[in-house]
Amino acid sequence: MITSSSLISIITFVYGLAALLYITSWVFKKELPGKLATATTIIAAGGNLIGIILRWVESYQQGIGHAPLSNLYESLVFFALCIAVLYLFLELRYKLRVIGVVAIPLAFLAMAYTSLTVDSTIEPLIPALQSNWLIAHVITCFIGYAGFAVAFGISILYFIKSGRNASSGGLTNKIPHEAMLDELTHQMVMFGFLFLSVGIITGAVWANQAWGRYWGWDPKETWSLVTWLIYASLLHARLMRGWTGKRIAVLSFVGFVAVIFTYFGVNLLPGLHSYQ
Amino acid sequence: MNQSVPSGPFEKFTHRVWKFFASVKLSVIVLLSLAATSVIGTIIPQNANPVMYVQKYGETLYTVFEALSFFDMYHAWWFRLLLGLLTINIIICSIDRLSSTWKIIFPKKVNFRAGRFRKSPSRIEWDSDIALGQLEKTYESYIGKHFRRVKKEKTDTGVLLFGEKGRWTRLGVYIVHFSILLLLIGGLIGSLFGFEGFANIAEGDSIDRITLKNSGREKKLPFTIRCEDFSISRYDSGMPKAYRSTVEILNNQERLHKAEIRVNDPLRYQGINIFQSSYGRIPEDNFTVAFTDPDSGMTYEKTAAVGEKIEMPANAGTLIVEDFRNNFSFRGHNIGESFVCRKIPSEAENDEAFGGFFAIPIAYPRFDRMRGGDWVISIENVAFGYYTGLQITRDPGVPVVYAGFITIIIGCYITFFLLHKQVCIELTESGGRSHVMLSCVSGKNRPGMKTAARRLARRLKNLQNRDGR
Repeated sequence: MITSSSLISIITFVYGLAALLYITSWVFKKELPGKLATATTIIAAGGNLIGIILRWVESYQQGIGHAPLSNLYESLVFFALCIAVLYLFLELRYKLRVIGVVAIPLAFLAMAYTSLTVDSTIEPLIPALQSNWLIAHVITCFIGYAGFAVAFGISILYFIKSGRNASSGGLTNKIPHEAMLDELTHQMVMFGFLFLSVGIITGAVWANQAWGRYWGWDPKETWSLVTWLIYASLLHARLMRGWTGKRIAVLSFVGFVAVIFTYFGVNLLPGLHSYQ
Repeated sequence: MNQSVPSGPFEKFTHRVWKFFASVKLSVIVLLSLAATSVIGTIIPQNANPVMYVQKYGETLYTVFEALSFFDMYHAWWFRLLLGLLTINIIICSIDRLSSTWKIIFPKKVNFRAGRFRKSPSRIEWDSDIALGQLEKTYESYIGKHFRRVKKEKTDTGVLLFGEKGRWTRLGVYIVHFSILLLLIGGLIGSLFGFEGFANIAEGDSIDRITLKNSGREKKLPFTIRCEDFSISRYDSGMPKAYRSTVEILNNQERLHKAEIRVNDPLRYQGINIFQSSYGRIPEDNFTVAFTDPDSGMTYEKTAAVGEKIEMPANAGTLIVEDFRNNFSFRGHNIGESFVCRKIPSEAENDEAFGGFFAIPIAYPRFDRMRGGDWVISIENVAFGYYTGLQITRDPGVPVVYAGFITIIIGCYITFFLLHKQVCIELTESGGRSHVMLSCVSGKNRPGMKTAARRLARRLKNLQNRDGR
């Protein structure tokens, strides 16, 4: 039987194919590759989910059973799934395949990063991670991150649309109206913000459970708060001061940079979010 | 709060101050400033050893950073000032807007202005062959089912249907703001009445004093903690599976409680939480200190314990084994388990004379050659026991913070996903055909109204086609 890690490697290519199909459909303005792209994404997301379940089963077969949400590899694979599912939901609801041009490559990149650089062996849980809060914390955080990732993708579309409007009509025609992109960004940010809040809170409750403090200004905690504050400013600027368009797209861009830094960059800083 | 138009100079001033603190511009500036400044503390390690800071940043930068409280920035006056500004901003902002929101939520008389809907960008219009009366019936029953308040008005040219729901959801944002206050209050309670400290207890030892984390001061506990046993269990791969401390709570030798503490499974006793946080090895007494003559290779051995003074051979002075570290950083390299020693020269007048600290790593017996002393010192035959590192905290603010956690989730959900939504359908007839105008409005700058209108229109068209047949 196929192992989870080889299945996940295959799924990486399926995401890559889906991304290519979305781009093809956009560039050549054809409907068929678009439909194929949707189907491919559904297959990729399904395979992604099966891969995660398989990995869960494998961990029990090895006698170290735990939910596959415990390290960089597992979280990236879950992140890709979140992006794909959230995107598919958007496509279903708004019938906008062009978002797939930016969203699915993000899922592909997350998966490709796991294949290239991250160790995929199933490790037993270190004592600090042996808690049910782990599952709640990781799931909510990554659903939130997926919301921000899609918002980031839509902001990119916004920049393409508003920047190239005058010169090249062709490609930007298929990108929805700026107002629509703006609205979608906002919706994705609200979605991400709610889940990030729950993610930070479950993390805080867990920290209180494990370390006796709900907040300790550890770099990871602090960066998640920085991210939260940036998106909180975005929401306030938008709702109360009527900011729209480019300024919101810029904040959404900056917010996602903070997300990425919270996720990867913190490892470069002093202090540890891990516990041996 | 004074809502009347300010008249005198004092009223004008207070009005201006009030408006300053009520502005969302201030909120955005404070939120972004908090975000930007928080980053500093993730780049500069917090509450570390001053010696380390001077090494890393140099004397000048150290002085500047110290003056700006960058080494404990989350407790710095300016960071607290930002948090204070945020608090005042949230309170004043909410009070300032609550009265008008209240009027929207609980109006004396519900009024719909058709003009507002006719101008709305979410407006959708279509024609239908179905008779006006039939459409009116279909739509009215749908609106009646899906909206809380429904109103119908006859116009000169047709009929207007209004529906409204979710007015109370406008309170969501106040719930969020209130929950932020709860978090800040809970945090304040914790910092005023709580503490966070740690203690390392060797197996068999007991303590009733802990070291506080931020100040480094000692604090006495209302009871004594004794570590009976510490153990590590491992997976087959050698990775740690569980750290376990068996501890007793004592009061004047009387045993009050006994428990096993593991990571993620702390002991809570009399409002004080005791957590498994770290562990380490400690050398037992009677290890061997060897002094080797670098030229002749002649070796003298002596038995010692941590804290003991040892007379060095050939009247070279006194050696004190001051301390033991599980990890010692030597010029940026971790040389592992090491003894920290100090030499008092023989000509020194008292024990306090500084002969310099140096490390003797267990793993590298020839390491001390580098120092170039009269004798090369190494320490051997060390037997080890364990100590458990416990984190000991008390935080009476936690229930308030948790209440804040719950309300912020509820508040965010209400604010983001439940809308105060008003819908208007205008039905007119011209040339034997029915004309439908539908639009949705919500609070200002709320997204999603166009989509909501489009979806509602789709549903109504489905319904009208079904009923029309």
